[in-house]
Amino acid sequence: MRKTVISLENVSFQYENQSNFALQNVSFDIYEGEWLAIVGHNGSGKSTMAKLLNGLQFPQQGEITVCGIGLNEESIWEIRKKLGMVFQNPDNQFVGTTVQDDVAFGLENHGIQRDDMVFRVEDSLKKVKMEHFLNQEPHHLSGGQKQRVAIAGVLALRPSIIILDEATSMLDPKGRGEVLETVRALKEEDSLTVISITHDLEEAAKADRIIVMNQGEVYREGSPEDIFSLDDELIHLGLDIPFSIKMSNAFRQKGIDLSKHYLSEEELVNELWTFRSKI
Amino acid sequence: MMEKMIIGRYVPADSLVHRMDPRSKLIIIFLFVCIIFLANNFTTYVLIGIYTFLMLGLSKIPVRFLYAGLKPVLWLVLFTLLLQVFFTKEGSLLYELGPIKIYEEGVRQGIFISMRFFFLILMTSLLTLTTTPIEITDGLETLLHPLKKVRFPVHEMALMMSISLRFIPTLMQETDKIMKAQIARGVEFSSGPIKDRIKAVIPLLIPLFVSSFKRAEELAIAMEARGYRGGEGRTKYRLLSWNLSDTLQILILVILTILLILFRS
Repeated sequence: MRKTVISLENVSFQYENQSNFALQNVSFDIYEGEWLAIVGHNGSGKSTMAKLLNGLQFPQQGEITVCGIGLNEESIWEIRKKLGMVFQNPDNQFVGTTVQDDVAFGLENHGIQRDDMVFRVEDSLKKVKMEHFLNQEPHHLSGGQKQRVAIAGVLALRPSIIILDEATSMLDPKGRGEVLETVRALKEEDSLTVISITHDLEEAAKADRIIVMNQGEVYREGSPEDIFSLDDELIHLGLDIPFSIKMSNAFRQKGIDLSKHYLSEEELVNELWTFRSKI
Repeated sequence: MMEKMIIGRYVPADSLVHRMDPRSKLIIIFLFVCIIFLANNFTTYVLIGIYTFLMLGLSKIPVRFLYAGLKPVLWLVLFTLLLQVFFTKEGSLLYELGPIKIYEEGVRQGIFISMRFFFLILMTSLLTLTTTPIEITDGLETLLHPLKKVRFPVHEMALMMSISLRFIPTLMQETDKIMKAQIARGVEFSSGPIKDRIKAVIPLLIPLFVSSFKRAEELAIAMEARGYRGGEGRTKYRLLSWNLSDTLQILILVILTILLILFRS
């Protein structure tokens, strides 16, 4: 059995002055070292989930445990050290005037000694391949670069979990690729747990496990293959299935059966150009 | 227009003045603003002039650059000079043409006051030209640190300053974007009567305000998520280092002050 790093038990949350519950009776576990994608359309409660995990909001009911520590007012600072967050807008999370100041911001907050800080800033910028931009100002960076700096800022605190809260949704395809590649490499290197909250199923397709949220509840939970076999149900939930899946479904309808149901775009291309030779 | 203004702009270079501690620069500027009022005769102004140009030389800021940037301010200096020359009525009469009378004291006062003005502008722009805004903020934070005892929020002020500095370019880009969006919708910013042009600014300002508030909120959340909880127990990444040259510079200024006191009339 894998180790559980975060567990939610019957969590319910309601924003002030709102009659509907943003989250209702949500329970699930997140395991060490996995890449978990939480997907859902706008208002499905997936962003609320991110805020709860980090103690930016507290649930009215239920328990959240992060790394064995119960989440409450006193423990949030300890937990925030273990759980780094990257937000949606690259500009609105850049606090420092230069790249290195921004990475150091979190370290300063936690009272890390300066010698250690200098080392950690450099080290984490190297990990996201931004070490040549030490003195660059944010407005000279692309969105993808800013997000990588944000990731470095999170890494500097040596967390065990990273939450990407729609972190790629404002980026162009190139920036998106950069960020996801970086996170993937880091996950392998430092055995991090990654939780990506997204409405982009292409991004979710690369996860180990997907949780589909709908109207504040967990709708379905499973591997990408399981989830994408829901097809129409997903479209019903306001989610768009990835192009490669749509494509292979269309092939299937035409009577051309490809080997697997779930394929990434690259796999699909490979499958197609070797298709004839197989027959 | 903004391109030409050099007040408040940083010019990167590797010079003695650039390398100085922002604290010593701030102290020097503060003292300089005070002691410039000690000068009241030819010798003392020459002393101040020598000092100012010495500092300029040390800063390695190209003179051409300074001249181009300070040209608009020079008009103001000239205006001060003329004002003094025509309106001071003391001393012996030098020149008379109809109603215009120029007195000796007027010329003297005019030259001195405009010189004072000129040196002040040179020295203060030297501060911003050779020090990055964030260094100035850091310098101010450490210099004002004792004020914490009287509950002056030094850390918060410095953080506010550095965040504002960080967001200036972002907001400029945003203004530009909104402006283009409004122009595409037929708003005219650069033609028509003044009244209409002022009115045209409103659809520019409102979206800018709305988005700034949204930014502020998101930034606050991001800061909290990264463990920000006020200045208590915080360490500093930026290191200010006070060197021998800083002490020497202050010493030079003290010597200048003594000379000014000795030679003033």
